[in-house]
Amino acid sequence: MEDAIISVRNLHKWYSGVHALKGVSLDLKRGEALGLVGDNGAGKSTLINILSGVHTADEGEILVEGRPVRIARPRDAMNLGIETIYQYNSTVPTMSIARNLFIGREPTLFSVFGVGILDQKQMASESIKAIANVDLHLRSPDALVGELSGGQRQGVAIARAMHFKSKVMILDEPTNHLSVKETSKVIGFVRGLKAQGVTGVFISHNMHHVFDCCDRVVAMARGEVVLDKRIEETSIDEVHNVL
Amino acid sequence: MKRLFKTYLEKPELAGLILLVLLVVIFEIRSNGVFLNQDNLRGMLGILPETGLVAIGVTILMISGEFDLSVGSVFALMPMCMAVLMVEGVPFPLALLAGLVVCAVIGFINGYVTIWFEIPSFITTLGMLFIARSLTIVVSGGFPPLLPADLPNWLFTSFVGPGNMFRMSFLWFAGIALLTSLMLSRTNFGNWIKATGGFHPAAASMGIPTARVKLACFVLCSMLSGFAGMLQVLRLGSPLPSIGEGLELQAVASAVIGGASLAGGIGTVAGGIIGTILIRIIDNGLVLSNVDANWFKFAIGFLTIFAVVANAWMRKRAKAIKMEG
Repeated sequence: MEDAIISVRNLHKWYSGVHALKGVSLDLKRGEALGLVGDNGAGKSTLINILSGVHTADEGEILVEGRPVRIARPRDAMNLGIETIYQYNSTVPTMSIARNLFIGREPTLFSVFGVGILDQKQMASESIKAIANVDLHLRSPDALVGELSGGQRQGVAIARAMHFKSKVMILDEPTNHLSVKETSKVIGFVRGLKAQGVTGVFISHNMHHVFDCCDRVVAMARGEVVLDKRIEETSIDEVHNVL
Repeated sequence: MKRLFKTYLEKPELAGLILLVLLVVIFEIRSNGVFLNQDNLRGMLGILPETGLVAIGVTILMISGEFDLSVGSVFALMPMCMAVLMVEGVPFPLALLAGLVVCAVIGFINGYVTIWFEIPSFITTLGMLFIARSLTIVVSGGFPPLLPADLPNWLFTSFVGPGNMFRMSFLWFAGIALLTSLMLSRTNFGNWIKATGGFHPAAASMGIPTARVKLACFVLCSMLSGFAGMLQVLRLGSPLPSIGEGLELQAVASAVIGGASLAGGIGTVAGGIIGTILIRIIDNGLVLSNVDANWFKFAIGFLTIFAVVANAWMRKRAKAIKMEG
């Protein structure tokens, strides 16, 4: 598995007595778009939370580009190039687009112990570029994110992940609560990932969405991987049957 | 032009600012020009720093999504601790340092209990309101200690400036206001405060140390309140254990009048200060206009509700202005 960007080996996770992940092993190949499907409680979110540093695994190991890593908090994942976009949307509605793009990673003119003066010029110019790169057309980086539509907000979150050169982008049910038109926009973003050389993990309830934009589908049930096939080798019916 | 209009409508402190200008004009006319004369302004500017500093702390804490009801008690406890130490012969700078440490510890406890036990800060700090007030009286032994005669009043309460317009405390206030305002709007830490209060899950998932950010805001709020209490005690010349009672709600009113949101994420230091000035102006202006002073609290209450309604309305209007493109 020399071209695997992330490998997980035998991951276990218990939540107060519930065995949520039962020895999951998975290889994520560089540049592919992987669709992760499964019912509620199948372990998808647990797996993703472990990769993005929200939770830690009780057992098993994670390799990023072949090296074993420890992901204890979200910042560790981000430093490894793993960005996660959540269904609740990881943007702050009361802040501007420019400020949202740089949350936690603000460019500073100088800083003492990590606290410093913001480089607002750089933030403005880079955010205009970042937004344009994901084909999102917004009037101004100073507009509040709260005024954008759900799809545009996901666009901002994706633009942010792109801007920080993430290698792996995890999209955790990003199309929930979105209209049909906006959903197709988000699916367009996922398709665009490959062109930018980003590996994507797309989690969805909707099989059609997954078959629309992914190269490979992994199905989980009861904390285990029950199916792992390339899109062209399987069908929506087959995936439904194993769930 | 439309863009500019929209940007200003979105400013949270706008409603407060408009009310401020209106009230100044009304009181100036009603008091036959006494309101804005030098003596009256001097009196108001002398008291402003004390409530203003508390409002700054409360505003910043509210932006981070938390609440502090213990500021009024800390306002009394800090100078009382200093006074007791100084009676024991501790020099002023050391007593000041010790007083600030007491405030920092109280702020830390407020934050720690709130965050790690996941209790609403409303409850934590309500408890601390009683605890700190009780400690103030216990520490004093029931009698306010006599302050020593050689206090550095020149550094905190003496009048300075053209026509002896300001007290030194005003310069402290202006300096702290400027620094905290810059911190909130121009530093990455300010960005973290707004993100933490604006939408906590997003801030946490972006790797912001939200617990530490909130903790820092709690500590800052307590220290500003204690420092403000010391300014008042130095001005009055005696550490009364009852000072600052009711100040916590006045500070929340200041922050809210200035556009801060109870839900967090929205607000500015300037707004908190505008709110404080409004309250001070009403206090003073009602007296000068020969209105029964008992209407003071009525006016504050009305103003609080009115400012919030006006703010909500303006934000809605701003949102309705669609920008092309």
